[in-house]
Amino acid sequence: MSTFLSLSKAMALGLLRDKAAVFFTLLFPLMFLLLFGALFKDAGPAQGTVVQIGRVQVLDELPADARKALSDVLKIEKSKDREQALEDVRKGDVDAAVWQNGDTVEVRYSATDAVASGTITQVLGSVVDKANVAATGQPPAFRLALDRVEDKSLQAIQFFTPGLLGWAVAMGGVVGSAIGLVNWRKKRILRRLWLSPVSPVPVVSARIGVSLLLAFAQTAIFILVATLPYYGLKLTGDWWLVLPLVACGTLAFLSIGLLIGALAKSEEAANGIAQIIILPMAFLSGAFFPLEGAPGWVEKVSSVMPLRHLVTAMEDVLSRGGGWGEALPAMGWMLAFAAVFTALAGKLFRWDAA
Amino acid sequence: MTIAINAQGLRKRYGDVQAVDGVDLEVAEGEFFGILGPNGAGKTTTMEMIEGLREPDEGSAELLGVKSWPRDRGLLRRIGVQLQASAFFEKLTAREQIHTFGSLYGVSPERADEMLATVGLTDKAGTREDKLSGGQAQRLSIACALVHDPELVFLDEPTTGLDPQARRNLWDLLREINDAGRTVVLTTHYMDEAETLCDRVAVMDAGKVLKVGPPRELIAELGVESLEDVFLRLTGREYRE
Repeated sequence: MSTFLSLSKAMALGLLRDKAAVFFTLLFPLMFLLLFGALFKDAGPAQGTVVQIGRVQVLDELPADARKALSDVLKIEKSKDREQALEDVRKGDVDAAVWQNGDTVEVRYSATDAVASGTITQVLGSVVDKANVAATGQPPAFRLALDRVEDKSLQAIQFFTPGLLGWAVAMGGVVGSAIGLVNWRKKRILRRLWLSPVSPVPVVSARIGVSLLLAFAQTAIFILVATLPYYGLKLTGDWWLVLPLVACGTLAFLSIGLLIGALAKSEEAANGIAQIIILPMAFLSGAFFPLEGAPGWVEKVSSVMPLRHLVTAMEDVLSRGGGWGEALPAMGWMLAFAAVFTALAGKLFRWDAA
Repeated sequence: MTIAINAQGLRKRYGDVQAVDGVDLEVAEGEFFGILGPNGAGKTTTMEMIEGLREPDEGSAELLGVKSWPRDRGLLRRIGVQLQASAFFEKLTAREQIHTFGSLYGVSPERADEMLATVGLTDKAGTREDKLSGGQAQRLSIACALVHDPELVFLDEPTTGLDPQARRNLWDLLREINDAGRTVVLTTHYMDEAETLCDRVAVMDAGKVLKVGPPRELIAELGVESLEDVFLRLTGREYRE
């Protein structure tokens, strides 16, 4: 036990005193969270811009409250030059042009941004419909009652917190163990331990313990920051499941790191190989942007990666009401991955640098 | 005489190179023994097989009556090994290093601090390993090898790269260790060092032991001036790798 504790302390101090390691595993990913969280905070549906040419009765005679509601989705600019307006639509500078031709409201839009043009045509359509109903002088036969339900769509912070946290945990686990192993081999500490009466158990558990501690520290900091009112992450039910998820992810990343450490000859090489693996893995795992709409092969490749499972499962349990059902399969996959890669690293393990 | 080391017929091959080619060595308890030889003579491989760091292809080594391969944790408690001066944990201070190494042997921090004082590093206790001078790093690594009070100590070129003051200083320390009843085995390139410190030396080349004996007897036997002459007479003058 005292061997385990003192080795853990030695490793933890070595890590904390390595300013570059602290920066890249803790502060660097956190900076991304602070930045992305702020940049994409209010990224709701984009407001469309419509150019109105001349008088358009249905728009001009809108009651004040309806006009205000409309201005949430549409920005209406007035112009007299129809040709210029149409040219702006073609260039994509504005989303649509609208004018009145007798009783017909003419709308011209470009299909470049399908979402924006869809929104605009529908909004203008409903404005015209309402005006038609009002013109009959009858109360509407049907009414649409709208009310918001609890928002289950993914907001930016709900997406960036698990994604960037997963990336941070991957960096901490892979880089730390890869460089650590190379360093211990080069400095002959591995040999020195072999010639001391310790069993491998406290050595390996100290390494795992320190990595887990680091990963939990990253998790705590990320969640604290994300739940600040400014960023507004709302945790749901079983959010604490991120802890076992992060733990299993750490084991998987440690195993990748050990494999790199077994192959690399210098700390620099270990760090380089680690980054070459982590960065593409992070992109393919949807750590930086969502994978929806990615081609099928990306989906296939990423489903092998432990980071993909970690990010997706954390997304589910943190703020979307997910529970064991989402967490367990991910944990199982990450542990299996860890077992395979640890076995591989064990095969390639070398005591000496030569 | 009780035997501390008994190595018989040690052989080790790396690819095409026969690094050690049939080495027999006996070292008595309490003896100060030196293994000498040019670069590539097989000194380090011989030491590593005796320590139990590598498995011999042939032959075996007994330390204090126990086979050193396979790894025997009971035996490892009784021997101390200094591999090289840089075998330290990254970014730890001198005190943290020796506490960590001490804990591997169940040695208390207080006892470890005493060891630091024995090698004269108390005022460098808070200095990180990479900020120690060559002599201080050597003394620290020897302290780490001695922290658990071993009966048998192995030192690999403990004075390489030190200035004359630091070397003399270290010699005194090594003598004290030996005077305290411990068996000391070291490898070195410095013949003056071996001549002053060692009770007996083994001169190796090409994986074989060429001669074993007390430095004075070897000098007398070959009718030369110094141990350096003995060494050059036995191993020749051409450049080594």
